[in-house]
Amino acid sequence: MSDNLIEIKGVRHAYQTKSGPLPVLDGLELSVPEGGFAAVVGPSGCGKSTLTRLIAGLMKPDHGEVWLHGELVKGPKSTVGMAFQNPVLLEWRTILQNVMLPLEIVPTKLSKREKEDRARRLLALVGLEGFEDKRPSELSGGMRQRASLCRSIVHKPEVLILDEPFGALDAFTREDLWQTMHKVKAEEPFTGVLITHDLRESIFLADQVVVLSGRPAKTQYVMDVHLTGQRDIENLYTPESAEALNILRRQIQIAQGRTDEHEDGR
Amino acid sequence: MNLRNILVPVAAILVFGILWELLVWANDWPNYVMASPSDLPPAYTQYWELFIVMGWQTLWRTVVGLVLAIAFGVFLGMIMGFSRLMRDALYPLLVGFNAIPKATVVPIVALLFVGDHNFNTILIAFMISFFPIAVSVSIGLSTLEPEYRDILRSLGASRTTIFWKIALPKTLPEFFGALKVAVTLAFIGTNLMEIVSPHGRGLGALFDSGKTNSDYPLMFAVLIALALMGIVLYYVVVALEKIFAGWAERSPGY
Repeated sequence: MSDNLIEIKGVRHAYQTKSGPLPVLDGLELSVPEGGFAAVVGPSGCGKSTLTRLIAGLMKPDHGEVWLHGELVKGPKSTVGMAFQNPVLLEWRTILQNVMLPLEIVPTKLSKREKEDRARRLLALVGLEGFEDKRPSELSGGMRQRASLCRSIVHKPEVLILDEPFGALDAFTREDLWQTMHKVKAEEPFTGVLITHDLRESIFLADQVVVLSGRPAKTQYVMDVHLTGQRDIENLYTPESAEALNILRRQIQIAQGRTDEHEDGR
Repeated sequence: MNLRNILVPVAAILVFGILWELLVWANDWPNYVMASPSDLPPAYTQYWELFIVMGWQTLWRTVVGLVLAIAFGVFLGMIMGFSRLMRDALYPLLVGFNAIPKATVVPIVALLFVGDHNFNTILIAFMISFFPIAVSVSIGLSTLEPEYRDILRSLGASRTTIFWKIALPKTLPEFFGALKVAVTLAFIGTNLMEIVSPHGRGLGALFDSGKTNSDYPLMFAVLIALALMGIVLYYVVVALEKIFAGWAERSPGY
């Protein structure tokens, strides 16, 4: 058995629609070692969200296998944390109560006091100190997403699945959250999969970028990211980053079925 | 609750009463065409015992009918909200049932359970008011965003947990919206039965006796009493909504 925490092998899946089966995944491969952080990019509608549901055990693929920690995924596991583009906070709960939600469901040995302390510590870590007793409707979009992030890691999941969590935020808030992500990863190490359509985000946050082809998606290209030193936004403006972005951009064009000639209109 | 919140509606009611009085006075309508507000106090002082006894009968039967409607409506709404099959099966039936004017059902029920006046009245109040509750609960449950469910399901939560932690609280604002409609409907149901059935009881029967005796001030006094009870019950629902679904209310400026 390999020492990868997440291992996806030859996954194929099709949705049943009125006009026959609609294949979304066809030959998906993904390996993430413990502590690794993989970003998955690809054309829109290529089945990226299906991938998150597969890892979370919310659905089973037609063919192929999804392994987590050497165990075949057959159903939902409490060792997974999820955050979506829509922060889906529960409006009737305070921010603190929202973050504590997973601890009410996942069995833990923590006392009520310890649960609350942990939630408060995470909120402080993402810069939401002082907002614990506010309702989600009183927070901005970026703050809600921070709270959603806390909720996804509060129960120390083995795998963190982020499905375009920063997609609906403005560019500045997004960059703030990227840096928050690095802070969180340093304090609360996790193994993660990030679905995104932002190439800069993928190389800034992840150590591995996986490009999926257009639908039905297969793993088309895998890039290891070596951004040296402490990750700060400056790192995105080095020649190495520009080169990596350029390679990824070309891979996306291939995935979209576009060649250079078409793109340049020559 | 500040003074303004009380003064504004009271002032509106006073203005309404004055306009009503003026309308009757300007047209010089006699009592048997239309009563004026100044005719009401004598009617109340003359029949105050009847108003208390009959008003209580109307009130408790309305409330019991409403409680039954809530229980059944929520149950039906849950079935239809969670199961597509049941939704497809029950919706046309429910809409058809609701489309039947309840005034036509009243004589049928009165004949079916002849003599059971309390039961009949509660039944009509129930039948007329469960529909909005069932529809709102089913819509609230079936339009639950899948991400909400996924968040809990990915943690291994059971269906019951998902219902108690997410589906139920998320449906509460819609439920209370429907309950406000149902309260008024339940009153209509109770009064329909009270007016139509012979030897009825409650404010409806008092209204009917006013009609038989051409006592117009009494009839209008009953209408006002009904309106007052309706307002009180409505605000009871509003108070409950503030307690259980106050989070749905956004402070102005957001």
